[in-house]
Amino acid sequence: MEDIKFKKNPFSLQLNAEDFLPASSEDKAQLEVMRESTTYWKDAMQRLRKNKVAMAAMIVILFVLIFAFVIPNFYPYQYDQQVRGSEDLTPMQYSQSEIQKMEAGEKVFPHIFGTDKFGRDLGIRVMVGARISLLVGLIASALVLLIGSIYGAVAGYFGGKVDIIMMRIVDIIYSIPDILIIILLQVSLKEPLNALFASNPAFAGLQKVGVGLISIFITFSMLYWVGMARIVRGQVMSLKEQEFVTAAKALGASNGRIIQKHLIPNCIGTLIVTTTLQIPSAIFTEAFLSFLGLGVAAPMASLGSLASSAIDGITSYAYRLTIPAIVISLIILSFNLFGDGLRDAFDPKLKK
Amino acid sequence: MSSNCLLDIENLQVSFFTPAGEVKAVSGVSYTLDHGEVLGIVGESGSGKSVSAYTLMGIIADPGKVVGGTVEFNGHHIEKMKEKEFRKMRGSEVSIIFQDPMTSLNPVYTIGSQLTEMLRLHTDKSRAECKARAIELLGLVGMNEPEKRMKQYPHEFSGGMRQRVMIAMALACEPKLLIADEPTTALDVTIQAQILELMVELKKKINMSIILITHDLGVVSDVCDRIAVMYAGKIVEIGSTDDIFYNPKHCYTVGLLNSVPKIHEQGHERLIPIEGTTIDLLNPPAGCPFASRCSQCMKICLKQMPEFTEISPGHKSACWLLQKEQFEKAGEGNAQ
Amino acid sequence: MTNYVIKRIAYALLTIFLISVITFALMNMIPGGPFLSEKAVSPATTEAMKVKYGLDKPLYVQYGNYMNNLLHGDFGISLKQKGRTANDIITSTFPISAKLGGISIFIALFLGLTMGSVAALNRGKWADSLLMVISTLGIAVPSFVVATFLMMTFGVNLHWLPTMGLKTPLHYILPVATLSFYPMAYITRLMRSSMLDALNQDYIRTAKAKGVSKFSMLFKHALRNAIIPIITYVGPLLAYTVSGSFVVEKIFNIPGLGREFINCISGRDYPMVMSTTIFLAVLLVLMNVLVDICYKLVDPRIKLK
Repeated sequence: MEDIKFKKNPFSLQLNAEDFLPASSEDKAQLEVMRESTTYWKDAMQRLRKNKVAMAAMIVILFVLIFAFVIPNFYPYQYDQQVRGSEDLTPMQYSQSEIQKMEAGEKVFPHIFGTDKFGRDLGIRVMVGARISLLVGLIASALVLLIGSIYGAVAGYFGGKVDIIMMRIVDIIYSIPDILIIILLQVSLKEPLNALFASNPAFAGLQKVGVGLISIFITFSMLYWVGMARIVRGQVMSLKEQEFVTAAKALGASNGRIIQKHLIPNCIGTLIVTTTLQIPSAIFTEAFLSFLGLGVAAPMASLGSLASSAIDGITSYAYRLTIPAIVISLIILSFNLFGDGLRDAFDPKLKK
Repeated sequence: MSSNCLLDIENLQVSFFTPAGEVKAVSGVSYTLDHGEVLGIVGESGSGKSVSAYTLMGIIADPGKVVGGTVEFNGHHIEKMKEKEFRKMRGSEVSIIFQDPMTSLNPVYTIGSQLTEMLRLHTDKSRAECKARAIELLGLVGMNEPEKRMKQYPHEFSGGMRQRVMIAMALACEPKLLIADEPTTALDVTIQAQILELMVELKKKINMSIILITHDLGVVSDVCDRIAVMYAGKIVEIGSTDDIFYNPKHCYTVGLLNSVPKIHEQGHERLIPIEGTTIDLLNPPAGCPFASRCSQCMKICLKQMPEFTEISPGHKSACWLLQKEQFEKAGEGNAQ
Repeated sequence: MTNYVIKRIAYALLTIFLISVITFALMNMIPGGPFLSEKAVSPATTEAMKVKYGLDKPLYVQYGNYMNNLLHGDFGISLKQKGRTANDIITSTFPISAKLGGISIFIALFLGLTMGSVAALNRGKWADSLLMVISTLGIAVPSFVVATFLMMTFGVNLHWLPTMGLKTPLHYILPVATLSFYPMAYITRLMRSSMLDALNQDYIRTAKAKGVSKFSMLFKHALRNAIIPIITYVGPLLAYTVSGSFVVEKIFNIPGLGREFINCISGRDYPMVMSTTIFLAVLLVLMNVLVDICYKLVDPRIKLK
């Protein structure tokens, strides 16, 4: 046991009797390095801020939001405005009449992305298309969040027979092939909805949105919430076993209060992450449907329908597909990356 | 190194390189182990007791790295070994049992296939021989119907049974050293005793050495020849089991013993917990790591790490109180 | 096991029943019924047609008749393609879609599993970053964009590959590439995280301590565990391939069921839409049942009740 190093002469260290006096509690306190305590939220947000990819994605999202919701208000063209004589312009190209106008000293705003075959400015159409895509993503996710979390929380909280029946329903809806039902709904809801909108002036606003979009929302709120419901149920099931819920119950808190005050705040991270990741999925579906000609109705544009109508002239006007395609990919990509970042930030497993 | 020495660890340093900085999990640990000896390593979680032993198995989890020191096992320096040699050694000459038998077995393979894998890796036995030996091993660790057990999956076993399987697997090639990393922590109290008994019994049969890592002083007192007490990545006291239990010198060891209930003692003696929490290994203090929790803390303790003082042959402790005694003695000597 | 299979099939049947009801109800919501068309038809003819097809009866009787026919393998007739039954159309187009989809799923699985494992093993290195960039792009770019991009690049500009139809094996390259891109990217990401998860498990530590070689540790101990979550994705993957093939078949002009389905919708060929929906739905539901059963077989921990 010679292995343990033992300095034969400890007094080479220049010790004096002073050193062996008891240390005061102040001396000791200096050593107590307490790490700053942080709340779950603060901690998650801090991690999110450190995640460069997620922050970049967030900036892109903000940029796209401005692009889609703010700029169109100041833009000199309207999405459905057909400029005579300016058909099929390439990006930054001016038509004959526009050149004449410019020569006469008038200011003509350039068609940054060109125009389509009806003379509609593609720049504004892409912006409005992005707005529609974002709206679809946000509204559909909000519907999913609302329905899914309430359903899941109720099933998870009450458990037992209620849970079994509710989850069986979820299982069945889960195994319904969503795309087929969406397409079917699109087709069959079109005319009844149109009739409904025509009969009642209260729905005039909805008519502008178009039957296509309304059916997308209906489908999302009918089918897509099941994933969210499953996740929330799982969370609630594990949370309700925990002591603080038992404590709340012992203090006589009502079911509603427990759900509201204890369960939802604790699920919030999961809810945010799942909802964020639901957005690109909804945008994806809308683009797919619009591409097949089932989404928004002309003259309204969505990124999918812009891409779809670009297919016909693809060989000569490839940019008409490229621009909406890039915008849609950018939106989906940044929401996905931001969602991933949120998940990493909220996932306690990665907490060190 | 004496001829009877199996393992010699010198000034081992292991660090984890986390995003927050370098965490010095083990900072300068040295100990030896003789053939057939049982060494207990005691300490609270995070004291580096497992990490020091994992070095020997090459299973330090990412982002951990050995940053210094030497490990000599059975005459070979493992830091100089080639990967293939090292791999040959693991399992056959040193093997390990982990704390959690629930997760340490692969859930998608049968017990039999995981047991025979060990034999096929390290012996020249044929498939049939391996199977026969595996069945024999399962019998040896006290499983009934070992033939049937071979075909079952880990999830069909209870915690105690899984730990028996782990022991059977660890002992399959009759290793020279068994590292038992909290082998009983995850088990019921009644099963704990059975597993310990089984380990001691099998140790005698094949004359191996054991490093028993635990935070449970009750476990070490029964089984170990020697005990090393670790705190914050350092060994603070090492000695025979009797030295540690009846003549503890380091304040942490004393505190540790005071926080364990004693059955044989008369009357109601209150348990004395150790106040405070362990230090932040990201920014280890210059002095003794235990200083901030120590009731007898002196000024020097906060400034400088004490050296080991040998109390009796084989019993050493790193505490300034011991140095103080020597200092005072020397002072008296000078005065005379 | 048997009980589980029976239970699972019972659920599948319930789902199929539900889908058929939904489909039937939705088809009947369309004003004017299936005989609404651009051409003016005299009321008498419509009546006669209604009687002929049993559409004068109450809805539940109609549904009963329809289901009865379905169960006997009769999917009805097409309104637009005169003289062709839904059966004809399905049997002539479905094999094409199935072949295309099958090849795509195979390739997506093969590449996805490989790329995911490689990324996990090289975590944080350049190979991982590269694969993650590719797969992140893969789940962000809609299939119609991929399809047109591939078609423009390799078909129109470079003239390397044919872009229309499926006549030769060369014709398969672009549609298969498009169709497998998204699932490949998805599987890569899934495989990476599940492989990393598996590699962090205690049993991998045990394997290392046993002295198992790196190869065996990865391919024997980690892979088998990591692959379990992937199997759950194969069900939705089948569904995705179906929906993806709508786009791919439209763009590459492939005479498969997907293109047929889209044509039926835009041509308002409602009976065909209904038949195709039910056919595809039944197929997907049954495939999901199969995947579920496989899943239970691979993971011994799941008890079959």
